[in-house]
Amino acid sequence: MRGSLIWNSKPLKPKMVPQKKQNIFFFFLQQMGEVGLLLGQTLKGLFTKPWEKRNFIHQLEEVGVKSLPVVSLTAAFGGLVFGLQTYIGFHRYIGPGSEAYGGPIISLGLAKELIPILVGLMVSGRVGSAMAAEIGTMRITEQIDALISLGANPVRYLVVPRMLASIIMLPCLTLYGDIIGMLGGYFYNIFLMGVNRYIYLRNTLLYMEFWDVLSGLIKAGFFGGIIAIVGCWQGLKTEAGAAGVGRATTRAVVISSILILIFNFFLSKALPADLGR
Amino acid sequence: MIQIIDLHKSFGENRVLQGVNLTIEKGETLVIIGRSGSGKSVLIKHLIGLIRPDRGEIYVDGVETTCLKEDKLGQIRRKFAILFQGAALFDSLTVLQNVSFGLEKYTDFSQEKIEELAREALQRVGLREVESLMPHELSGGMKKRVGLARAIAYRPEIILYDEPSTGIDPIRADAINDLIIQMKKELRVTSVVITHDMVSTYKVADRVAMLYKGKIIKVGAPDEIKNSENPVIQQFITGAAVGPIKEW
Repeated sequence: MRGSLIWNSKPLKPKMVPQKKQNIFFFFLQQMGEVGLLLGQTLKGLFTKPWEKRNFIHQLEEVGVKSLPVVSLTAAFGGLVFGLQTYIGFHRYIGPGSEAYGGPIISLGLAKELIPILVGLMVSGRVGSAMAAEIGTMRITEQIDALISLGANPVRYLVVPRMLASIIMLPCLTLYGDIIGMLGGYFYNIFLMGVNRYIYLRNTLLYMEFWDVLSGLIKAGFFGGIIAIVGCWQGLKTEAGAAGVGRATTRAVVISSILILIFNFFLSKALPADLGR
Repeated sequence: MIQIIDLHKSFGENRVLQGVNLTIEKGETLVIIGRSGSGKSVLIKHLIGLIRPDRGEIYVDGVETTCLKEDKLGQIRRKFAILFQGAALFDSLTVLQNVSFGLEKYTDFSQEKIEELAREALQRVGLREVESLMPHELSGGMKKRVGLARAIAYRPEIILYDEPSTGIDPIRADAINDLIIQMKKELRVTSVVITHDMVSTYKVADRVAMLYKGKIIKVGAPDEIKNSENPVIQQFITGAAVGPIKEW
């Protein structure tokens, strides 16, 4: 129903009901309030029984296992193209023979930035949209009302398992993507361009730090949270039939993709470049 | 007993309920009639706390529910079951899991006991050998029956039926009406049915209330409604296009 936050059934005060001539700032604050409220309830639900194990395991499969093909392809071609450009860069600016020093740059760039972002954006498109569409369809077919009437809390039943599964599976997918991407970069440089394998590997192992991978995984965990909360939020506030589900799905992908890119910058800035060798 | 006092609800500019007053006695079947979009569904969703009113009070067995917090409201909801218009079965669960859902949430029974009670509820609505099917494999009438089995499985005291005969053929609609009567007799539940189907109304109702322009304009036995001199009620029950109700 217009103006109601169904996930807690609490009414909005009349002044909070969206008006035709509301200003953008007020609208922005209202949206942030909705997300904040949902996030608060979800975080509370993470630490409160009963846990929906069946849903959680199902979401682990949906978010993680079923994303493997798309992550494999994205990471492989991301690694290949990053290997290609790094090769060109070294070849052009430092000179022939220096390409083997690109190994740590490829691995660092992939692990810290490219793979977490690619995985985040791909999972946002695949899973975030599915979350919004599934919950949105449940909303317009009264399944959310049915959940409440049968004694289930929609946030605990729908949002918490998705949130937890996304926070766990995004770093797993990113770690998997790191390996595939690095193999892609290695394959391009060593097998296609004939770069010295020994120097490439030695430099990669010498300059690559565990923290480089870990910081990418931490970012991926945040991206997982963003994808789940935005997808569920848009699903829960779906209105107006099939068209509404379509709009919610699109908005979920657009909003979570933008937030991933914005948060990526701030997380990159906030996380230390290394842990002090 | 349920008492609704001066209930108001608006969605934006649309004033749906404008002071509804109604009492539903224990064990009776009350049918609320009214035009499509007149606020019947909104009214019954208030009873179960799915929507909170702007103003007014609802008493369920003497407890005022409109100001209750979610955890307390959960205890009140346990008394209710609702059969939704489109059945609202959970797409991702099998028929048996759907019917078991309320039992899992509202009781501490073992899984075996829950499944036994769910199968019993399915048998009560005349369904066998469908428990492993998914909702999309069922016909409209079967969905409604599964929805009813889900509603009665945990033995609620009050069943709310939202347009039970809408969207299904007259024969299946009559079978649903029979089930409503059967549930009342066998389980001694209070039933609140909202519909605009007068055939169903006359068959299942102990009393009928008409909702018009956000208010209950008449409550009475089916015969009283049938013989009412109110032109709005007469136009509605006869389904005449010409009369005081002009807006389409």
